[in-house]
Amino acid sequence: MKSENYQTEIAEQQTVLEVSELRKAFGELSVLENINFTVKHGEVVAIIGPSGSGKSTLLRLINQLEQVDGGNITVCGQILCANDANSNAIYSNQEILRQIRLKIGLVFQNFNLFPHFNIERNLTEAPTVVLGQTKEEVAAHARQLLSKLGLADKAKAYPWQLSGGQQQRAAIARALALNPEILFFDEPTSALDPELTGEVLKVIRSLAEENMTMVVVTHEMAFARELADRIIFMDQGLIIENGTPDEVFSSDNARTRNFLRRYHE
Amino acid sequence: MNYSVIIPYLLEGTVTALRLFALTLLLAVPLGLIVARLRAAKSPFINLPIRFYLLLMRGTPLLLQLIFFMYFPPFVLDISIDRFMAAIIAFSLNYGAYFAEIFRGGIDSIPQGQAEAAKVLGFSPWQTFSRITLPQVIKRVIPASANECMTLVKDTALAQTIGVFELFRAAQNTTSREVSIIPIIIAGAFYLIMNSVVAAIFSRAEKKLSYYKG
Repeated sequence: MKSENYQTEIAEQQTVLEVSELRKAFGELSVLENINFTVKHGEVVAIIGPSGSGKSTLLRLINQLEQVDGGNITVCGQILCANDANSNAIYSNQEILRQIRLKIGLVFQNFNLFPHFNIERNLTEAPTVVLGQTKEEVAAHARQLLSKLGLADKAKAYPWQLSGGQQQRAAIARALALNPEILFFDEPTSALDPELTGEVLKVIRSLAEENMTMVVVTHEMAFARELADRIIFMDQGLIIENGTPDEVFSSDNARTRNFLRRYHE
Repeated sequence: MNYSVIIPYLLEGTVTALRLFALTLLLAVPLGLIVARLRAAKSPFINLPIRFYLLLMRGTPLLLQLIFFMYFPPFVLDISIDRFMAAIIAFSLNYGAYFAEIFRGGIDSIPQGQAEAAKVLGFSPWQTFSRITLPQVIKRVIPASANECMTLVKDTALAQTIGVFELFRAAQNTTSREVSIIPIIIAGAFYLIMNSVVAAIFSRAEKKLSYYKG
């Protein structure tokens, strides 16, 4: 029993994501400055902050959807990019970038399911095409994921036939089909009607119980407070807070208090 | 009027019209796809020549282009060229330009999130294009492509200006020989039949792809 706990603790010590000195500008406009944080195995990190604070850009940089200007990003010990002597980010080679991409999952605000594929094929396409897994093993895994997320009866349905909440759950299943080490969510409930956010948050909660490492950009403060091990509060491209929910919610920092007050009203 | 002579004569012209149509499509569609992709290239060395080609082909009469490709190779380049071949080159380059713009519009209309989702899932750029983008583009360009194809059926009549014997030439020959407009009316019916088939094929494709939205 003890050794099992010990094993878990060791695993939890492992750093899955390490970001340091990260900066990004779009032309003249600086959107991220000196971003430093790490995510350990099994951790759930919520990123909160006002619109335009750089939360989504941060996720997009880590997921290789935007080009880093400067800084270091390491995923599961593999270097995505690292600073040279002049603090300009140098990317690793294409093969490493590809390997890193497969360790990371991203769930979008607008789901971005493939409309021409049914739900099952949305899940199976990447494992078969990208990883070259056999149709049988991929199909079995897809069925298992769909039933876990309550979509077993939707396998043959097309995205347009699903509600927003179901589509987002399918998108989560699609990301899980590649067995990522870390899963990112970019405002996963912001495009949903209020009555549908619950079902998506429930799925994220159940993943947290399974020790899935997750970084969630969210406006759901109650959810962040309840679920996250750590909350990062960003404002104007800077990390203002990085601590436990209790620490962040009781912070003396004026910006933090100001932001959180608006959500309490 | 001897219909047993006229009809086979017009059918002979129809076969040429159909060959022009099919070969042009075979060349113009892939050309359009390639040009649409190159048109989006960031480098001006690729982008600018492509834009010039698109302007040239869409900005001058197809009739002029036919005559150009008939006489430019033999008289300027000293290459002998068959009339039919000249017509295929002119039609393909011309329709390739129109298809390119249709495809470009189709590609641009696919939400950016589709390619981003594919990238995050590990698809290569080619896999993303062939499995995610292109199938969705096809659905969106069907109505505009149907227009182009129906226009092409009719435009094959222009090939007669460089001496290609096709349906319209056959009809005109018969009309002057017989002093009757009936052959022209029959030719019109033939064009109409060909285009009914084209329209039917496209509406079937549209129906087949209606299983999904977006």
